[in-house]
Amino acid sequence: MYAFDIERPATVAEAVAALSNEDAQALGGGQTLIPTLKQRLASPEKLVSLTGVAEMKGISSAGGILTVGGGTTHDDVAADGSYKALSELAANIGDPAVRSRGTIGGSIANNDPSACYPAAALGSGATIVTNEREIAADDYFVGMFETALGEGEIITAVKFPIPEKANYQKFVQPASRFALVGVFVAKTADGVRVAVTGASNEGVHRWSAAEEALSKDFSAGALDGLTVSADDLIADLHGSAEYRAHLVSVMTKRAVAAAS
Amino acid sequence: MTKVTMTINGKSVSGEVEGRTLLSSFLREDLHLTGTHIGCDTSQCGACVVHVDGKPVKSCTMFAAEADGADVATIEGQANADGSLNVIQAAFQEHHGLQCGFCTPGMVMSAAALLKDNPKPSEAEVREYLEGNICRCTGYHNIVKAIMAASGQDVSAIAAE
Repeated sequence: MYAFDIERPATVAEAVAALSNEDAQALGGGQTLIPTLKQRLASPEKLVSLTGVAEMKGISSAGGILTVGGGTTHDDVAADGSYKALSELAANIGDPAVRSRGTIGGSIANNDPSACYPAAALGSGATIVTNEREIAADDYFVGMFETALGEGEIITAVKFPIPEKANYQKFVQPASRFALVGVFVAKTADGVRVAVTGASNEGVHRWSAAEEALSKDFSAGALDGLTVSADDLIADLHGSAEYRAHLVSVMTKRAVAAAS
Repeated sequence: MTKVTMTINGKSVSGEVEGRTLLSSFLREDLHLTGTHIGCDTSQCGACVVHVDGKPVKSCTMFAAEADGADVATIEGQANADGSLNVIQAAFQEHHGLQCGFCTPGMVMSAAALLKDNPKPSEAEVREYLEGNICRCTGYHNIVKAIMAASGQDVSAIAAE
């Protein structure tokens, strides 16, 4: 790693002030950023660790909305259980030691195209809360590793409207434990949302044809005959674009069948 | 350099660290607690697992500065007060849960974290919990058997394959 200073603010306000230096970088749980720093793929002058910001940790529920603090670990979300599909998703990220450190805010800020949480946020129609504003998930995820966050902006919380039924199905890439393809399905009073991760060069995205079919008939059979184009899907040594396209419909059907 | 103070295996410890000093480096190079092993340095292998505030973490994927004020437990603190092996360590010995021994500190620390949360895990739960701990010798069977035995469950039916 290149040398850098590290700061541990105790409040969001202090963190925002510390990040006002343009060569400063926020550090969540570090489960992606620290390996990146070790490869010298990033060279911040200063890391601002958010792990000491108590106001960004914790989970609360009111009026059908689950609010998860940006600094809440995967392990804590997994243990919560009040939004079952979300807790199950968190319980299958990485491994136990990664879940002890990794945070929802870090995952959503990084927007890895194969990460699990972006699918939950987009699939649930969540709202990303930052120190400056609230951003609808539909406007937040811009592309692979790209988000609507500005310089120095911090995700302080994510608000999930708890759907009638939801489920996340992940086809695990066994070496990295990321999703080769993951699909989050949520059935709400306003219709069905389907978010796909791991598949596209554009990052997490919605599968609108499946949403339309499932809004009329919420059953795996409603997806019969629906296929996904392999154009612009990720192709690597773990799976071709055609393989991923096939997995999208398989995992969507499984998520619908398992939704509760 | 930043001063950090933390409790390690029940003792208060202070040191001067750089921002980029990993917790694993602080333990091994500054404190000479070399029981915590660095297998891969890429967050994959789990040989460096320690407990921070009761949770298992990969000490190569956390900065020492982030552990300031934390309660850290390493393999060096696992033995009983009289120096004898604790129940997990003894089970690893009894059931041949190690061969070269390189992954063992992380395996024992992960096992301890599992049994704290789930005192009677199923074999499947043990295997799932060890997802982030890689062993290249044993094929895992005897590690799983040792952890099942350490939890007080009958392991006579678990074959050593």
